[in-house]
Amino acid sequence: MEKKLLLGDEAIALGALHAGLSGVYAYPGTPSTEITEFIQGHPLAKERGVHSRWCTNEKTAMEAALGMSFMGKRALVCMKHVGLNVCADPFVNSGMTGVNGGVVVLVADDPSMHSSQDEQDSRFYGKFALIPTFEPSSQQEAYDMMETAFDYSEQQCLPVLMRVTTRMAHSRAVVEVKDVARPENAMNYNAAAANWVLLPANARRRNDKVTAQQAQLEEDAATSKYNSLSPTLPQGKGEKYPLGIIASGIAYNYVRESLPSLGEKSEVALLKISQYPLPKRLVRQLLDNCERVMVVEEGQPFIEEQVRGVFESQNILGRLTGELPRTGELTPDCVGRAINMAANNPSLFTLHSSFEQSEIVAPRPPQLCQGCGHRDVYTALNEVLREYENPRVFGDIGCYTLGFLPPYRAIHSCVDMGASITMAKGAADAGQWPAVAIIGDSTFTHSGMTGLLDAVNENADITVIISDNLTTAMTGGQDSAGTNKFEAICRGLGVSEEHLHVVVPLPKNMPEITQIIRGEINYHGVSVIIPRRECIQTFKRHAKEKKATESK
Amino acid sequence: MKTDIILCGVGGQGILSIATIIGEAAMNENLYIKQAEVHGMSQRGGDVQSNLRISSQPIASDLIPKGGADVIISMEPMEALRYLPYLNREGWVITSSAPFVNIPNYPDTEDVKAALSKLPHVVSIDIEQMAKDNQVPRSANVILLGAAQKALGIEYDKLEAAVRRVFSRKGEAIVEANLKALALGKATQK
Repeated sequence: MEKKLLLGDEAIALGALHAGLSGVYAYPGTPSTEITEFIQGHPLAKERGVHSRWCTNEKTAMEAALGMSFMGKRALVCMKHVGLNVCADPFVNSGMTGVNGGVVVLVADDPSMHSSQDEQDSRFYGKFALIPTFEPSSQQEAYDMMETAFDYSEQQCLPVLMRVTTRMAHSRAVVEVKDVARPENAMNYNAAAANWVLLPANARRRNDKVTAQQAQLEEDAATSKYNSLSPTLPQGKGEKYPLGIIASGIAYNYVRESLPSLGEKSEVALLKISQYPLPKRLVRQLLDNCERVMVVEEGQPFIEEQVRGVFESQNILGRLTGELPRTGELTPDCVGRAINMAANNPSLFTLHSSFEQSEIVAPRPPQLCQGCGHRDVYTALNEVLREYENPRVFGDIGCYTLGFLPPYRAIHSCVDMGASITMAKGAADAGQWPAVAIIGDSTFTHSGMTGLLDAVNENADITVIISDNLTTAMTGGQDSAGTNKFEAICRGLGVSEEHLHVVVPLPKNMPEITQIIRGEINYHGVSVIIPRRECIQTFKRHAKEKKATESK
Repeated sequence: MKTDIILCGVGGQGILSIATIIGEAAMNENLYIKQAEVHGMSQRGGDVQSNLRISSQPIASDLIPKGGADVIISMEPMEALRYLPYLNREGWVITSSAPFVNIPNYPDTEDVKAALSKLPHVVSIDIEQMAKDNQVPRSANVILLGAAQKALGIEYDKLEAAVRRVFSRKGEAIVEANLKALALGKATQK
C-alpha cells in the first residue's frame, strides 16, 4: 500500500486503472474532467494502451464504452450531470442490454451550480434506469469503490452508476492505494445478441429480468460494506433514540463533523448510505428505533421523498421540512444547525463565534481573459448589431457564455450544448431577424452539427458564428474533436461556399470582421462565420512548453 | 495538531500552488489532509478559494465551518475580507496588500486597508513589489507562504523541503527562486 494525496477525481481514475480498466470514454465537464486527464497522463495507462482520448460528446462516449464491454473488457464513462441527459438514451438502454465486461458510469453532480446550469441529481437516473448506484463519502472510498463497482457490474451483468458531487470531485485527501494493478479482462465473445438486440421481443424479456433483479440489488445494498448503521441497532423496537440520521455520500462527512463522538453512548443513531437501491430494510430498522429521523443528502431530496412517501409523516425531517435548505450545496454549518434543530438540542453542534461579513466586499464574477478571441468577436458583433432594431443572439455553453455579463451583454439565451443554432432557427421560423447563433468549436461538434443541418435543409435566415479557439477552453483546454475540420463539416452539411467565412479575431481586423457579419446578417439564409484564434490560455501553455523543450 | 486554512485570491494568482506545497509538507509529516479546491468557470478572473485542513487526527468535512479557520492566506486584500466569517476570533490573516482591480465597483483601497487593520492579527505585505525587487517576480505567492509559516504551525525546514520536491521537475533555477521567496516571506514574520 502506498499513500498518495489525490483529488477525488484522481482517486476515481486510479481506482479504475488498478481495477483493470481498458478504456475511459468522456467529454470534458466540470467537475468530472480531471478523471480522464489523470488517466491520459498515467504511465500504466500508456503502458497498457488504455483508451483515454476525449469523445465528441457523452452519447458517443457511453456507446463506445458499451462496445468495449460487449467485447468483455472494462470501461469507464465520465461526465458531468447534464452530460447524462445527453447520453440518457444509451444509459437507460444499457440497463436493458446489460453488460459483458464491467461498465461504470461516473457522473459528477454540481449542487449550488458552481459551473453548471442546473442542480439535477443523477441518483434519479439510476433508479429510473434500474441501474445500481454507488455514492462514495470519501476519496478513499471512491478509490476502493471502483474495484467493487466493476466487480459488481460483472457479477450482476449491469452497468453501475457512480455518483459524486463537486466537493468529492475537487477535494484532495490522502488515499492508500494498491501497489499492483490487476490485469485487464481478455477479449471474449460471450455477449449474446439476444440480450443486445433490443427488438421488442428481446427487450420485454430483458425488462422482466432486470426488473426482477431489483430485489436482489436492494438486498445487496442492505448488506453492502458501504452502507452501515451505527451504533448497531436491535432488529425489533428497543428504547428509542431521540434522533436518527440518514446521511448519504459526502453529506455523511458533514454529519460526522457535527457529531465527532458518535458511538454506543451517542444520542444519535446514524445510517450511512453509499449504495442504492435504497435498502428499505435498514431504513425501517432506523425508523423503528428513533423518535425522529432526519435525511441529510447532497442534491435533491431523493432518499427523503422515498422515506416520507405520501403519508407526510411528522417524524421525517430534512430538505422538505426546512431543517436543511431546500436547494444548494450542504455545508458543515447548515448540517450542524439542522442537527441541533432536529434534536431540540442547541449545543450538539457548537457554532463558533466569528467575524461579521465585511460590507465593502464586492462580487468578483468570472470574466473572459485579457487577449481572448471571444472578446474581439463580441466587440465586432455588438458594433454591427447596434445598426438593427431588435437583434437577438442565441448563446451556448462555454467561456463565451460570459458574454452575457458586462461589458458585452451580448447574448440573450444559453440553455444546453448546441441550443444556440436550433434556437436561432426556431426564432427565425417565428419571424425574428436578425437571429444570430454563437457557439464554440467543441460545443459545435458536441451537439451543434445536427442543428446546423436542420437550418441548412430549410435555408433558415440565421447567422451562425462558430468561435473557434482550437480547444475545449472552459474546462481547462482539452483537445477539441473538430479542430481543422470545421470548414469541411459546414460544407458537408450544405453551407454554401460564399456564405462560409473564416476570420482572425484581433482588434486590427475589426473592419473586415464587422463587414462580413453585416453582410451575412443581410443575407437571408444560413451563413457561417468562423472566427479562429487559439485560446490565450492554451497559447501561453504551449509557448511555455516550447520554451522548456528548447532549453533542454 | 490541527490547522484549518482558507487560501484565497483571484483566479490565476497561484493559490493552488501554495496549497500544493502545504499539502506536500503535511503529507510528508504523515498528517491527515483535506483540501477542497475550485476548478472550472470561476477560475476565469473571478474570486477563488480553497479550504485546506491539516490535522494529526482524521478529518471529516472537506469544508471548514464558519468561525473555524485558523488562518486566511490571501493573494489579494479585498479577497481576504470576503472570507472573514470563516475566521475564528483569534485567527490570523496573511495577505498581499496589492489590490487586484478587475471590476468596476472595487471598493476604495483605503477602506480595504482600514477594514483589515481592524482585525486583531493581520500581516499585510506588498508581495508583488517584494518579488520584483528581489528578482523572483513569479514567486510572490511563495513569499506569502513564507510569511504564513508560523500561523500554519509547520516548521520552516519542512516547508523548504516541500518547495524543493514540488518544483524539482521544473529545474534548479526555479527551485532556488522559490526557496529565496520562501525565505523572504519568513523574514517578514515577527
